[in-house]
Amino acid sequence: MCLGIPGKVVETYREHDMLMGKVDFGGVFKRVCLEYVPQVQPGAYVIVHVGFALNTIDETEAQFVFDFLERMNHLDELKVPAP
Amino acid sequence: MKYLDEYRDADSARKLVDAIRRTVTRPWTIMEVCGGQTHTIVKYGLDRILPDTLELVHGPGCPVCVTSLETIDKAHAIASRPNVTFCSFGDMLRIPGSYGDLLALKAQGSDVRIVYSPLDAVSLAAANPNRQVVFFAIGFETTAPPNAMAVWQAKRRGLKNFSLLVSHVLVPPAMAAILSAPGNRVQGFLGPGHVCTVMGCTEYVPLAKQFGVPIVITGFEPIDMLEGILRCVQQLEAGQAEMENQYGRAVRHEGNPAAKRLIDEAFEVCDRKWRGVGAIPQSGYRLRPEFHDHDAERIFEIDGLNTQESAVCISGLILQGLKKPHDCPAFGKQCTPQNPLGATMVSAEGACAAYFAYGRHQLSGPTGVLEHA
Repeated sequence: MCLGIPGKVVETYREHDMLMGKVDFGGVFKRVCLEYVPQVQPGAYVIVHVGFALNTIDETEAQFVFDFLERMNHLDELKVPAP
Repeated sequence: MKYLDEYRDADSARKLVDAIRRTVTRPWTIMEVCGGQTHTIVKYGLDRILPDTLELVHGPGCPVCVTSLETIDKAHAIASRPNVTFCSFGDMLRIPGSYGDLLALKAQGSDVRIVYSPLDAVSLAAANPNRQVVFFAIGFETTAPPNAMAVWQAKRRGLKNFSLLVSHVLVPPAMAAILSAPGNRVQGFLGPGHVCTVMGCTEYVPLAKQFGVPIVITGFEPIDMLEGILRCVQQLEAGQAEMENQYGRAVRHEGNPAAKRLIDEAFEVCDRKWRGVGAIPQSGYRLRPEFHDHDAERIFEIDGLNTQESAVCISGLILQGLKKPHDCPAFGKQCTPQNPLGATMVSAEGACAAYFAYGRHQLSGPTGVLEHA
C-alpha cells in the first residue's frame, strides 16, 4: 500500500461528485479516484495507491515501474475484486 | 555482476557501485525508512555489493508492522460483532493479535472483507444500510489521502453506518524518535519516496538540520537506491547534513497540495503507539471532532482487552534497526510467513518476510541475487 502502482487512465467520469477514472493496470481494470490529480485526462499515466491516483508520470516511466513491481511481487492488491 | 540486466541501466548501476566504493573511507550506518526499499535491498543483494564498512539497517516503514497490538485487538473485537462488516487491506488479516487474527475470525463466520480501496468500503456502507461498515484505516502518509476522502464522502452522503478505525502513523516523528533513542546508530537516512509524493520534502529539511543527519528522499528501484546511498555517503564523508531529493521524477518539493488539503480537513496530529517501538509523540493522525460520528473507537465501546505479545518475537528491535531478522531464534523455524509470530513476517513490506522470501537465513552466504562476478 506504500508502493504506488502505475496505470493508464482509460476514461474519466464523476461519481457522487468525485472525479473518478477507469484505470488499466497491465490489463486489470480498476475504479480509481482522480480527485488528487484533477488535471488528468484519458490516456495519461498515474501512480495509484489503494485506489487513489496521487501522481502523474510519463508512459516510459510507468512501464519501467510496473515491470519492476511485477518482478518484486508487489502487484497483489490488484487481485482484490470490487465488492 | 549477475542479474544487472534487470536494472533499467546496468552500466549506471555499476558506475554507482564503483562511486560508492570510491567515496566511502569510514564505517557508516544508513537506514532505509520504507519497507518497499528493504525488499529491493534484500532481493537484489544491494547490501552485499556495497563496501563492508557501509551498513544498511531496516527502518520502521511497514505500516502493518507498526500498528499497535491494542489496535489489532480492537479491530478483532469490533469485527467479531454480529452487525459489523469489517473491511481492511489484505495484509492486516493475518497479523497476529492477542486473540488471533482477522482471517481466523472470518473463517469462524464474521463478516471480514478485504477491499482494494477505502471507497469500496463506503460503497458497501451505502449498499447495506442495516450493517455497520468499519474500515481499518492504517498506513503512513500514502494512505491518509484515500482514507480522508472515504470518511469525507461518507459524511457528505450521510452514511451514518460508515466508520474508520484509525491507526495512521507519520514518518518524520518516527525518524526523530530513532535518532533520539539511546544507542542509536543511524547516521543517515534514505527517505520514503512515495510518502513524499504526498507530503513533499519540507518536513525533512529541519529534521536533517536538527539531528545533523543527511536525509536523501529515495525511490524504490535498485538504481534509485544506489544513487540515494551514494548521495548519502557523499554527504556523510563531507560532513554535510542536508535534505536531498533523489526521486525528483515522482516527488515535488511541495508534495500533492490537494491531497494534503483533504488530510488536513479530516485528520489532526496526535500521539501514537507503535508496535515494537512504543509511544511516539505527535506521530499519528486521528479524526477531527467534525468526523467523530464516523470514528469506530467512539461508536464501539471496547473494554477489557488484555494485550499479549509473543515472548519470542523480536520484531520491535528489528523495526528500530537494532536487530536483523536472522538474529531472531524463531526466524524461519517457529516463525514463517505461513505461521507468523510477528507482523514483520506477515506484511509484504516487513523485513522478516523479505529475508525469508529471498533466503536470508544467515548473516552471510551465497544467497545475494546481485553478486560480484
